[in-house]
Amino acid sequence: MTRKLVVIGAGMASGRMLEHLFEAEPGAYEVTLFNAEPRGNYNRLMLSPVLSGEKTYEDIVTHDDDWYAAHGVTCRFGERVVGIDRAARQVIGEAGAVAYDKLVIATGSDPFIIPIPGHDLPGVIAYRDLEDTEAMIALGEQPGARAVVIGGGLLGLEAAAGMAARGVEVTVVHLMGHLMERQLDEAAGYLLRKSLMDKGIKVLCQAVSKEIVAGPDGRARALLLDDGTELPFDLLVMAVGIRPSVALAKEAGLAVGRGLQVDDQMVTSDPDVLALGECVEHDGALFGLVAPLYDQAKVLAHTLTGRADRFVNKEVSTKLKVTGCDLFSAGDFAEAEGREDIVFRDPARGVYKRLVLEGNRLVGAVMYGDTGDGAWFYSHIKDATDVSEMRETLIFGPAYQGGGSADPLAAVAALPDDAEICGCNGVCKSTIVGAIQGGAGDLGAVRACTKASASCGTCTGLVEQLLELTLGDAYAAPAAQPVCGCTDLTHEDLRRLIKAQELKSQPAVWQELGWTTPNGCHVCRPAVNYYLLADWPLDYRDDPQSRFVNERRHANIQKDGTFSVVPRMWGGITTPDELRAIADAADKYGVPTVKVTGGQRIDLLGVRGEDLPGIWADLNRAGLVSGHAYSKGLRTVKTCVGSEHCRFGTQDSTGLGVKLEQILWGSWTPHKVKLGVSGCPRNCAEATCKDVGIVCVDSGYQVSVAGAAGMEVKETERLADVATEQEAIDLTVAFVQLYREQAKYLDRPYKWVAKVGLDWVKAQIVDDLDTRQALIDRFEISQSVYRKDPWASEAGETALRARYAPLATLSLEAAE
Amino acid sequence: MNWIDIGSIEEVPLRGARVLKTPAGCVAVFRTAEAEVFATADRCPHKGGPLSEGIVHDRKITCPLHNWVFSLETGMALGADQGQIATYPIRVENGRMLFDASAVALAGAL
Repeated sequence: MTRKLVVIGAGMASGRMLEHLFEAEPGAYEVTLFNAEPRGNYNRLMLSPVLSGEKTYEDIVTHDDDWYAAHGVTCRFGERVVGIDRAARQVIGEAGAVAYDKLVIATGSDPFIIPIPGHDLPGVIAYRDLEDTEAMIALGEQPGARAVVIGGGLLGLEAAAGMAARGVEVTVVHLMGHLMERQLDEAAGYLLRKSLMDKGIKVLCQAVSKEIVAGPDGRARALLLDDGTELPFDLLVMAVGIRPSVALAKEAGLAVGRGLQVDDQMVTSDPDVLALGECVEHDGALFGLVAPLYDQAKVLAHTLTGRADRFVNKEVSTKLKVTGCDLFSAGDFAEAEGREDIVFRDPARGVYKRLVLEGNRLVGAVMYGDTGDGAWFYSHIKDATDVSEMRETLIFGPAYQGGGSADPLAAVAALPDDAEICGCNGVCKSTIVGAIQGGAGDLGAVRACTKASASCGTCTGLVEQLLELTLGDAYAAPAAQPVCGCTDLTHEDLRRLIKAQELKSQPAVWQELGWTTPNGCHVCRPAVNYYLLADWPLDYRDDPQSRFVNERRHANIQKDGTFSVVPRMWGGITTPDELRAIADAADKYGVPTVKVTGGQRIDLLGVRGEDLPGIWADLNRAGLVSGHAYSKGLRTVKTCVGSEHCRFGTQDSTGLGVKLEQILWGSWTPHKVKLGVSGCPRNCAEATCKDVGIVCVDSGYQVSVAGAAGMEVKETERLADVATEQEAIDLTVAFVQLYREQAKYLDRPYKWVAKVGLDWVKAQIVDDLDTRQALIDRFEISQSVYRKDPWASEAGETALRARYAPLATLSLEAAE
Repeated sequence: MNWIDIGSIEEVPLRGARVLKTPAGCVAVFRTAEAEVFATADRCPHKGGPLSEGIVHDRKITCPLHNWVFSLETGMALGADQGQIATYPIRVENGRMLFDASAVALAGAL
């Protein structure tokens, strides 16, 4: 006898299920198919190729009218189901009820819409069905159209790429730190972002959408971000995720968790109601990719025809359907303990591969740029193959069994011919290679014919690598000290490559320069963070998690884990009010030790970590700001009283010290920087053992640099004698900026000057007024970001302030 | 097992750490990836440095005082140094961090 089957939802899962059903037992059921969309089954996955114009709607229809007719399916398309009466075993549609013996719920999912103001305005769409796709296609026909896509996951990026291919100017707004964070790690996310930017798509990460504003016509016009950015658009696509569509099931009283709950046979809490697809929850898992849905379709068809089968949720793989972005991700690569990584990077080809192993099994794989072996890795993940035998060569894929390691010369080989190698003399790669091919067989010869590395010398390592690359084994480079175990590059090479390749993020550095670890180590991370912020002050955002504790906490950690707090006293000058505020703060927070420092400041020692924001807020109220006694940056400008009070003083040394400190404070430098200004050659401010020391004389100012008074004691060397205060300030700022741009991380100025030579420094900033001015200008650009009080921002922002307190406190009862 | 919700994963900065106070002393909660956390004792066995203030890299932590490096998975000191820190069960579910409080209750009773 023919039984009655009603199916709600004509999506990919139910379509596949019907195929299996008609194949297994044709005529077993008389099928009624409801679909809210006014059409039958099409391949939703292929909407992106339709959007980008690579396919048409007709190409992606999987079941046409003839197919439904041939199988006797009653189609009720474009009709919503308003309810399920389980007692009467009826499905109630808008146009009337239908009885069932078995019911299959395949209602799929709803796009998640972020409930920000304006989300319901016309001009805001999701990316879910053909109507959405058509709206995006129509936009492409409008010249100069702009679109914003919220969501940098699979769907959002496909929407963005599709619209961009149709000439729309697209901006992607993504909440997380990198694209597709669920499928990709940072390095692969960086490569993806780069290739999308190459397609003209703007990508904003860590961007929080605040509001959608309407234009005078009532249509959505622009998206506001919480940092104040306004992004105007003609169409906004929200693709931030999906939610199982379970309203109908819930109303019918079926067991619903995050999704409609089914067992291994795809049966819900009612034995006559089955379900599959994106609306279901199986063993706590939800489904968004097509492979498991097809498995469910088979199991459900078997259950309906009385065959034993069970659904097992397997690992799935993801591929992004954007032409030119070759990306593959499978399995799990983030979320468990006891795992090891194998990372392979080939910067020249833009290739990144990462395998995650657990014991002897491969559990995850991420690949970008070369995904040819994706299926092979995926099969090992699915089959849980023991890979211990091939572990050494696993990452090279099935074709390669010989072993080998990343080429240390790859980064330099990948540089374009016009990449500037020597910044001092403006020599590009092709010039150097040309000279080598013309017979310059060693560093000295290259220097002689091209001047490359003949000035400050920081590009020496790169020139040597070019020698090695061009001459092969014929050239033996002297061994250089790499930054750390994560790379073969020296600090000097790293700095040059960051500039030459315009690397503006840490993942960019790790990837393009072939880091061997996923995200560096405690040695390279602070250095890379400094180089990036020094070279790209407006593009790169300082990463507190790549800083040593003192710079992250804006205070010096002591051996007992407490901190010391040193407020700034400009040029060593303070006031009774400031002193009272310091004394009050010391009382209030029970500061055990108050000490005067060698740099003419007051140090409050023994402050508890969680009290830091509080004591800073109190000091801020009295006008005191961070003294940066903890930073690799400007520490103090020590002064004597100068001509204002002293009978020997020749100039206003205190005033000059205050001015210098107000210009320089807040700037990050490769290592700490201390200044001194003395009002006469008696040198009471001990200026001649500082990084920059100025001694005032009757005729003006003696500016000297590169002193030391630590493990080494060294007198400064005279940079220049100048007549005016302004010139003294200019020279100091230019020197600090040159040091910021050129020196190796953790080299004090005296060490750096010893490497590059004082004559070279003089040539840059004393003799060459244009270079001096350019350095000052670049310093000012950087200071537009960094000349501010970190105490005020940390204590003022609730989210930042919270990080000084414990995450939670577990009581003994809770613990038991 | 006694899984207690100790907060959203977003409260711990990526490649950063926060402190959890327990009857058995401070526990450091490290976030090594978008959705990966580890919990260990906060105290370095060398000179008592607060590990939660160190630099997180890969699944490792470097102590801020003298640069000892520990595996967050096993708690073992890496490289030339000898020592181990306690590790505690923690997991992430729907963006919330769940900590097994029975581990510290036992330690507290000892």
